Amino acid sequence: MTQIDVDLVKGAAAPSPYVPRMARILDATQMTETERFFRLQMEDGPLEYEPGQFVSVTVFGLGEAPISICSSPTQGEVFELTVRSVGLVTNALKQFKKGDRLGVRGPFGNHFDYDVMKGQDIIFVAGGLGLAPTRSLIRYVLDKRKDYGKVTILVGAREPKWLLFRDEVQEWAKRGDADVRVTVDRADASWKGNVGVITKLFGKIEIDPAKTWAAIVGPPVMFKFTVLEALAEGIPEHRIICSLERNMKCGVGKCGHCQIRGVYVCRDGPVFTYEQVKRLREGI
Amino acid sequence: MKVIEANKLPGLAAALAGAGYRVVAPIRDGGEVRMVVWSPGAAIDTRAIPVNSAKDFLFPKAEIIGRCTLDGNDFRPEDVKPVAPKTVILAARPCDASAMLLLDAVFNWDYKDEFFNARRAATTIVSLVCTTADEQCFCTSVGGAPDATAGADGVLRQADGGRSFILEPLTEKGKAVAAAAGAALAEGQAKADAPVEVPVHFDAKAVTEWLGENFESPLWREVSLACLSCGACAYACPTCHCFDLQDEATRAESVRLRNWDTCGLALFTAHAGGHNPRPDQAARWRQRVMHKFSYLVERLGRLGCTGCGRCARLCPAGMAICETCREIDEARKAAVK
Repeated sequence: MTQIDVDLVKGAAAPSPYVPRMARILDATQMTETERFFRLQMEDGPLEYEPGQFVSVTVFGLGEAPISICSSPTQGEVFELTVRSVGLVTNALKQFKKGDRLGVRGPFGNHFDYDVMKGQDIIFVAGGLGLAPTRSLIRYVLDKRKDYGKVTILVGAREPKWLLFRDEVQEWAKRGDADVRVTVDRADASWKGNVGVITKLFGKIEIDPAKTWAAIVGPPVMFKFTVLEALAEGIPEHRIICSLERNMKCGVGKCGHCQIRGVYVCRDGPVFTYEQVKRLREGI
Repeated sequence: MKVIEANKLPGLAAALAGAGYRVVAPIRDGGEVRMVVWSPGAAIDTRAIPVNSAKDFLFPKAEIIGRCTLDGNDFRPEDVKPVAPKTVILAARPCDASAMLLLDAVFNWDYKDEFFNARRAATTIVSLVCTTADEQCFCTSVGGAPDATAGADGVLRQADGGRSFILEPLTEKGKAVAAAAGAALAEGQAKADAPVEVPVHFDAKAVTEWLGENFESPLWREVSLACLSCGACAYACPTCHCFDLQDEATRAESVRLRNWDTCGLALFTAHAGGHNPRPDQAARWRQRVMHKFSYLVERLGRLGCTGCGRCARLCPAGMAICETCREIDEARKAAVK
């Protein structure tokens, strides 16, 4: 048998990564005007995933969209997604409610390496929708709190009405074992908290660069300035981690859509260190 | 040796079709020769270079890879098996045959693509030693040759000044085709004609090296100005393999299609939210050249170009990847001085 024949036999035995499994919506809530939160359960057994991975969500008849998993596997058999309505599929998802069913492929991609961070300090910097993928690692670390050193969580949004997971972020702050700070670019009359870009919060916190990891996820402009801030604090490039967004289709490193230089974001990413990202050029 | 008179090639196709093969061959239709499924009466033309590549029969323009039945609000995803008829591709150019090795690598690093692999396993490739070439051919610049047999299960050699062909099986699949041909092939003697000469236009290794250091070169803007972003180059290319997944629905069912796609199109990398990390045609043409001459070499150890020249023959704007590579090679030489 040639290699192709061997692969064919193997391939026939494996479930196709192109066929979606069915998931049922346990809970769906509109978090903001454009962001909708889903709690889901697979119908044929739990989704086994790691923090930082993503799934492709199918609305049958319309198509698929790649969505970060925003929950942590420590939360049990259900998983959660935060979906921003921007395209055909994600706008259709606005109509989906408790009890409805969706197709799910994946999980795809690598994940946040929570093991190498053990015993170290972590600073999370999440801007806008970047809080969704970051939350998968935040929840993991908070659920295994004693395994980690000092935890700092910085959350930013354009305006108070765009803040995601508002109640949950307050709960994190109340725990007493994490330094949680929230800021908005522009306040409204009801806002009593910090105002200004997220990098301003760096002046208010203490960082020990010898043992700190920085997880930075947010829009490109936020990422660029926050990385400069983290580097200025002395955090080395290989301990600054991020999650990249791309137009991803197949999820298995073939279709080419998410390619940046020689890297397939869907397969080799979406989690990268700054040391890797800075060489990708088209990356951010 | 197995020999067949040139005017009896349709007889070979008929014998193989009779033995249960879907026979693909270069068929003349008016002014064009295309690789299509042979049917009785079709004229096989081994002189002209076919407009399309043999890739079409392993990685089709569109194929159903998923299906879901809709019954009211009840969806049922269904597994779809690959459609993989027993096929022989007759007189594939060496540049098409060698492209199979790149496609094998792409579709089998990590996840083994069952759709591609099923067709690959069911397909026998009988290549043709080129005795004709045109000014767009540059296989010899990218490690190929008019008489190369990489990726082929058998080879047809034109002989006796074009009066006949010698069929030489190279693999078990090739031997099976020769056996299935039966009396269409005769035992005999013939003298193979010399392959055509294709000049070397650039040093591919040097191009790969240059690309590693010149992502930001002003050359990208200069060489891409003419590009209309039509995608014809990718669709004719024997190695281009990027695809899109699209769902198409009726009231009763939804099918998921895998369609050809290309980095030359603006929407290829566009996010639903509007951001496009590859914002202009210079970045897209750079991706096309980089993917073929740098990224694939880095990841899979093979060039993503076999020098077939189809992209240049079809380009409505007169662009040619061979020309870009020659410019790069010259830029490199100038820089060394």
